[in-house]
Amino acid sequence: MYSTGTESLLKQAREIQDEELQKFYGRISKLLNTNRDFGNETIDSLQRLNLIVSATKYAKTLPSDLKKKLQMLLVSKAHPEQIQVLFSSVLRESLPLSIQDLSAGLAEDVKSSSYVAAVVLSQVACKDDVAPVCLHMLKCMEARQTDGQICKHTLPILTKLISYSPEILTEDQVNLVSRKLVDWLRYASIQQGATMSSGSFFSGPRTRQPVPVTEVDGAVAGDFFTVLCVGRSFGEDQWMNMYAFSMIRKWLLTYDTEGTSGGESAHLSPIQIMLSQVQDDRSEVDSSVVSMVSATSSSSRLLPPKERLREKAFEYCHRLIEQSDRKAIKRTDTELQKACIVEAVTIMDIICKEDPSYVYRAFPSVKALYGRISAELAYARVLIPIAQFYLNHSEMAAVDSEVVFRQLFSRFPSELFNEPALAYELVQFCRANIAVLKDGVSLYRQSFPNLFKFLAWNSPALISDYMELLPSLMSPNTAVEILHSLLDLPCLAATLDLQLRSATYQASERVLWDHGSKIASALEVFRQPSYRGLFLYILRPEAGSGDTIDRLNMLHEVLSEMAASPRVMQCAQVVPVLLHVFFNNVTEFADQKLTNQLTLVLLERSSLLYNINQFKIELFRVFSTHIRALCKLHPSLIVDQCRELLDFAGSTANIYSKEELYTNVVWLIGEYLSVAHDPRCSVELITSFFESLEAVLFEISQVRQSASPPSYPPHVLTTLMTTLAKLASRSQDLIPRLSLSLSKLCTFARSKPVLACYSEEDAEEIITRAHELTNLLKLPSVAQFVLAPPALGESARWHRDTNTSLPRAMRTITELLHKQSNFLPG
Amino acid sequence: MVCCFLIHTVCSVNALSAGSSRVLYSRVFGPEDNPETDPERRRLLQKERLLHLARRVRTAVGLCHDAAGSACVECVLGEEAVALGEAEFGVLRLSAGEPFPVERTVLWLGVQNLAFSLVCDVHENLLLAEGTLRNLARHCMEELRLLGPGSEILLKSDRIDALLHRYLPHGQLLFLNHRFTHLLDKELSAYGSK
Repeated sequence: MYSTGTESLLKQAREIQDEELQKFYGRISKLLNTNRDFGNETIDSLQRLNLIVSATKYAKTLPSDLKKKLQMLLVSKAHPEQIQVLFSSVLRESLPLSIQDLSAGLAEDVKSSSYVAAVVLSQVACKDDVAPVCLHMLKCMEARQTDGQICKHTLPILTKLISYSPEILTEDQVNLVSRKLVDWLRYASIQQGATMSSGSFFSGPRTRQPVPVTEVDGAVAGDFFTVLCVGRSFGEDQWMNMYAFSMIRKWLLTYDTEGTSGGESAHLSPIQIMLSQVQDDRSEVDSSVVSMVSATSSSSRLLPPKERLREKAFEYCHRLIEQSDRKAIKRTDTELQKACIVEAVTIMDIICKEDPSYVYRAFPSVKALYGRISAELAYARVLIPIAQFYLNHSEMAAVDSEVVFRQLFSRFPSELFNEPALAYELVQFCRANIAVLKDGVSLYRQSFPNLFKFLAWNSPALISDYMELLPSLMSPNTAVEILHSLLDLPCLAATLDLQLRSATYQASERVLWDHGSKIASALEVFRQPSYRGLFLYILRPEAGSGDTIDRLNMLHEVLSEMAASPRVMQCAQVVPVLLHVFFNNVTEFADQKLTNQLTLVLLERSSLLYNINQFKIELFRVFSTHIRALCKLHPSLIVDQCRELLDFAGSTANIYSKEELYTNVVWLIGEYLSVAHDPRCSVELITSFFESLEAVLFEISQVRQSASPPSYPPHVLTTLMTTLAKLASRSQDLIPRLSLSLSKLCTFARSKPVLACYSEEDAEEIITRAHELTNLLKLPSVAQFVLAPPALGESARWHRDTNTSLPRAMRTITELLHKQSNFLPG
Repeated sequence: MVCCFLIHTVCSVNALSAGSSRVLYSRVFGPEDNPETDPERRRLLQKERLLHLARRVRTAVGLCHDAAGSACVECVLGEEAVALGEAEFGVLRLSAGEPFPVERTVLWLGVQNLAFSLVCDVHENLLLAEGTLRNLARHCMEELRLLGPGSEILLKSDRIDALLHRYLPHGQLLFLNHRFTHLLDKELSAYGSK
């Protein structure tokens, strides 16, 4: 599709030389100076000019006479549309023009005014610039229809302007537009359009009898005209009806929310009341079939314009919801019906928020709508605005909304996890209503396994949203289960993939094998009854059926062939981020017990992770960070979990498979295993840890001829040494043993395999550290002070910090001694 | 409302750095908040924002394509319906500042080595936006012969302008039933012929 030919043409346009360009400008000026219609050559040249001015991000300055010529031609006479488009496009890309001149040209020709407006809007630099366009559009709207056609794009242009600058309309102008919108929305003709361009020469007045518009299923239109009414052609008011509905939500959001209405009700003059009455009379006579909507509409003639618009917009939405029950003949109309439902419910929601008395009128139709579409997965996306409506108003209407949320949280993620738009919209719904869902809808938190399915399937697109949602899903009851689920998120991704393939390939077994034996064997396993339980657990929709399962390693093994699939790897990349969010938030409510449980999970799961490239290494880094943070928060967990920590620290294999985590755990033991942190810390406990670590140190530092060089980094050794020293300083019987070990270590560090493997500085560092510790331990009380644990849970206070306090302590003692000597007589 | 519509590459382009995207067509609707006062710098900022957006969409398309793992079926002229049927679709949220000053949503449709991106306001009717995007993509594919080797997308971009003028006037998404669509299509087919 994008070929080298295209690239080279683009290159030419970008790199055109100035001289050639000026010649080109001259040629175009000449071509434009003709009085005749513009020919193919002109069009070609304009197309090339268009390419040149838009090809680079740096603007091209057109010669001012050419610019003025284009501007003048655009606003002056009526040209074929292609010419208008090209003028408009070139001018949009050029450096600024006179906005005033252009805006003045809006009045000249209705057909080109939209293209002129496009140029003006693209050049607007500040809010003042839009005033002329705005005024022109409003003038168009005010003019009676017999004066000339209204520019069809009046409403889109106006909507664009108010998006940019809502203050641009005065109260009166807002009222004017509101009145016009009521006209177009509610009182457009229901006859098929008058202009029949394909009328033949022989058609007499007989064939031009008015034919009513029809609904999308072919039946004659039951009530006033809406976007779901079809006809062979449409009159201007019907086009405006469509444009009006397309922007009404934006209008209401801008001018009919938060106290912009109701307060200052316009004092209607008797003439104004009469005029609005006349309009109503005329329109209601026309509609021969009166549907439910018209019959129940309250007498709104005396309402101020804003309130009247609200009423009519509400009726329009009500009618659309009714119309969406019809079975459309064309598929595109079915899709339109869905979009209309979404819009209608959203608008009703806005109106109800502004004026709660509408809730009692809205709920019956919304509830009926829900009843109609809830069973159909094809209408899943439509359910989301309905859920929002329930969330906002069900309490007021005393309607139960549980069933709606069950669809949303229990059904959709299980069956539609791979629909990107639904996933996006559901996640945004959760984001927008986080506070209410968290505290008011218990199903939300309960359904976290289901909600994770969207993320597992499409991690890159949804990760930033889930970083916001995760804290709201966490609670003391589910924290441990959530942690397990996060660690198994890539498994979930792999399982969902299998589930989808299994459903797709049920028909043909041959296709199974065509996709490579890797997936095929995993699929086979997926279908076997003996593994059913495993997969059902991972795919569970709700929390509460156990934090994790016993046979997790089996699941990992079964899925091992999928570990290299891109989807699984993308999912694996987001897990560390989510773990950070998890741990940063769990400390808000984690008590001692939960902290212990979480630490246990980290230690256990470190041996039980899905084997994806780089995944384990990343996770160990995260585990290390957070296990340190947990210990800092509740130092007594060292004693609470002493057995598990002893097992972990005493296992030499951990050095090789989980080096970073191991080092951190050893360091934590040294820091927090002391009476200062936990009075239960007995001499026996310290001794058992010491012996365990000593054994490990001994094992990895054997000096033998046949010993292989150490495959772990040097800081493992130094951390072990320092921790052992710390423990020894707290139970001084151990000091002699340690001194012996340290001297053996020095020998080890000087041995040939080590010198071959470590750098000279590292080997020296090991030896130096060993010497320092040995010397320190010769003065046990000093050692105890120097190697003492940090202050409990406080932020580092200078005089208490181990490292910085020693010189100060020495100085203080020295001073005291000096002072004392001064006191002594003589 | 829609703030802009882009057609850009999602394959690697020799002249550009890795991960960049060549923007083949861009249309920004109406006034945008722009801190620059000098008109040249305003334009430059706007273009840079679009390039940033194109890069982000390119990344998203690439990741989505990798995850799906299906081989790309090369289509030729006449097989537009097949190409569109195989197209990947996605939605992304753009936080404030990345690159637009306010939060926005971008819908993208990846067809072969091009992507069509539609940037809307947040809280827009995404069902309608998706339908509009697919419709625009179909028209572009057919009228600009994108599956062929030519460069109509560069030289005949006024056709896209005319298309947007009808289906997305000034960025307004429209609720068009099949008759409105038919009438607009008829107007469009008369475009360019005298």
